[in-house]
Amino acid sequence: MSELFTTAVLVATVASGIRLAVPLLLAALGETFGQRSGVLNLGVEGMMLLGAFGGYYTVLQTDNVWLGVLVGAAVGAVLGVGTGVMSVTMQADQGISGIGVFLFGLGMSDLLFQKLVGTPRPIDTFPQLDIPLLSDIPIIGEMFFQSSAIVYLAFLAVPVATFVINRTPFGMDIRAVGQNPAAADSLGVSVARVRYATVIIGGTLAGIAGATLSIGLGIFQQNLTSGMGFIAVAIVYFGAWRPIGVMAGALLYGMVNALVLQTKTLGIVPTAWSDIASMAPAIITILALVFVATRFRQPAALTKPFIREG
Amino acid sequence: MTRNRSPQRSRILGYLVPVAAVTLALLIGALMLGILGANPLEGLNAMFQGAFGSGTAITSTILKATPLLFVAVGITIAFRANVINIGGEGQIVLGALLATVTALYLPEMPAPIMITLIAVAGIVGGGLWGAIPGALKAYYRVNEILSTIMLNIVAVQLMNFLLRGPLIDPQEIERGTRIPQTERLAEAADLPLLFGSGRFHIGPLIAVIAAVLAYILLWRTPTGFRLRAVGLSDDAARYAGMPEKRTIVLAMTLSGALCGLAGAVLVFGSESHRMVTDGSTAGFTGNAGFNGIVVALFGGLHPLWSIPASFLFGGLLVAGNALQRAVQVPSALILAINGLVVIFVVSSERIRKRILAHPVHVDEDEGPPGEGPDVMVPLSGGEPEAEP
Repeated sequence: MSELFTTAVLVATVASGIRLAVPLLLAALGETFGQRSGVLNLGVEGMMLLGAFGGYYTVLQTDNVWLGVLVGAAVGAVLGVGTGVMSVTMQADQGISGIGVFLFGLGMSDLLFQKLVGTPRPIDTFPQLDIPLLSDIPIIGEMFFQSSAIVYLAFLAVPVATFVINRTPFGMDIRAVGQNPAAADSLGVSVARVRYATVIIGGTLAGIAGATLSIGLGIFQQNLTSGMGFIAVAIVYFGAWRPIGVMAGALLYGMVNALVLQTKTLGIVPTAWSDIASMAPAIITILALVFVATRFRQPAALTKPFIREG
Repeated sequence: MTRNRSPQRSRILGYLVPVAAVTLALLIGALMLGILGANPLEGLNAMFQGAFGSGTAITSTILKATPLLFVAVGITIAFRANVINIGGEGQIVLGALLATVTALYLPEMPAPIMITLIAVAGIVGGGLWGAIPGALKAYYRVNEILSTIMLNIVAVQLMNFLLRGPLIDPQEIERGTRIPQTERLAEAADLPLLFGSGRFHIGPLIAVIAAVLAYILLWRTPTGFRLRAVGLSDDAARYAGMPEKRTIVLAMTLSGALCGLAGAVLVFGSESHRMVTDGSTAGFTGNAGFNGIVVALFGGLHPLWSIPASFLFGGLLVAGNALQRAVQVPSALILAINGLVVIFVVSSERIRKRILAHPVHVDEDEGPPGEGPDVMVPLSGGEPEAEP
């Protein structure tokens, strides 16, 4: 085990944990908006997959990573509108309709990839962006400040989301609609409009998260996300519906994954056992869900469509 | 909303809503075929021929429908109790694994005993994997959608670990090929074939029997009444003194058990008579755990209607392969269409309820088997209300 504790390995593990956390953080932040307003969007996985393909294909064609992120965002936004139609207008069961979006995204992204790309071709990834001065600090600089712009932006989004949810009129509407839609409605807040807004924000961020994943890896393949979108939904529970908690959850997940990958590359555990190690994130998520469910209250109107009385 | 429609007419209209939803999804699929540069008519013809055009095609369709039917019936039991089981994939895998281990480690014995034992193993494996999220929901208020999805991830890693390690065919190690698969499982465990066709085994028959038993359970036994009562209103069920928590665990266990049986059938009805992994759950299950949800919804959450629904969607999956061969459109299209089916069916629920919101009370307990669902989705999703 001692190989794991050399400084170089530790630095590399933390840095890779942060990178792994980013797509999850983005998707989970978006999902936080939806859930705080009472909409459980389980389609994140499908949105991420389509966003990932959109981003990948754009970069493949244009070599412009930022255009790729933009396309991912656009794809996600469109899917967000679709989720709004399902969950808000049609009041569909949120658990099952989200699985529909997942299956659609899983099939569609694979279909488009096979039809438009065929054989996997690598693309440009995000350029490294060192933060002046900070990146020169030994160890800390290497861990935190020698990443790419999207990583910094994702973490900047955490205080922004906290501010929007807790300190703005829009955020107040979101919380009101998520706790007591009938009361919000009687005060003249349009429940439907607020929920549409939050699921579109959620979709956009899920799309960006997908694009960040595929462009960050420089590849796309069938089922690239392999459950990450669902874990993002779970992380919102884990973070007790607060952006800062969500960030903690994403980082924990990223670190655990980085550690698992690191033990694989260093060959500390036999290869077969690495499959066992790969179970860790999912098992931790389940334990975290138990912990949170017994200690925190979810938004009162979560998963409940709003039907105006009389 | 309460225009004067006869109950029969509104019922028929109610049935037509999901059919229309599926038709719409298929039309979009045809449109996509056109966009992808294939002739939709040629594509649809290839699909129909591939799935229903010959005896062999129908055999393929029925075999493909079998796991879907098991899963759909399981999902139906859970959904009726207002528990959303998204863990079919993992439960299939666990059932398959336990059945495989049973066949590998048991001494030689007569086929009927062997087959009974592997079926029981499948039921136990899947049932346990369903009981875990059931208990977590009932006793810790953990959202079952999330826990089942996480258990799917755990299951696939467990499968990969076992098939690459302890359960791998010793020959794979000798030859150094290391394909993650078991040795050829005991011949006594091969599912008996019907009609001497070489492929058509008793799996579909077991699935149909399971569907009928589930119907009897849900509508003809006190346990079934309790399951549905908890599903319609957990408060009312609680006031009536029903053990709500145990009912939730039971629903998930039964649901998982049926998925586990599907897993056992997938292994022992396979042509290689081995359990093989390509590293993903879908590689083993063919997404049956998810596609079974589509079937359950289209079957109106009714075990008997799930039988024709599974045939239809089994056909669609087989058709997808035919499509790939005939017009070079990847069969992933079918998965996308299935997603749309789910989206449209659940989204059209509101329209259906409006049509069915007719002031005539229909006593579903007395309905004959073919009567179908009255209130299709008793779901509110998520977890039970937090107790103060």
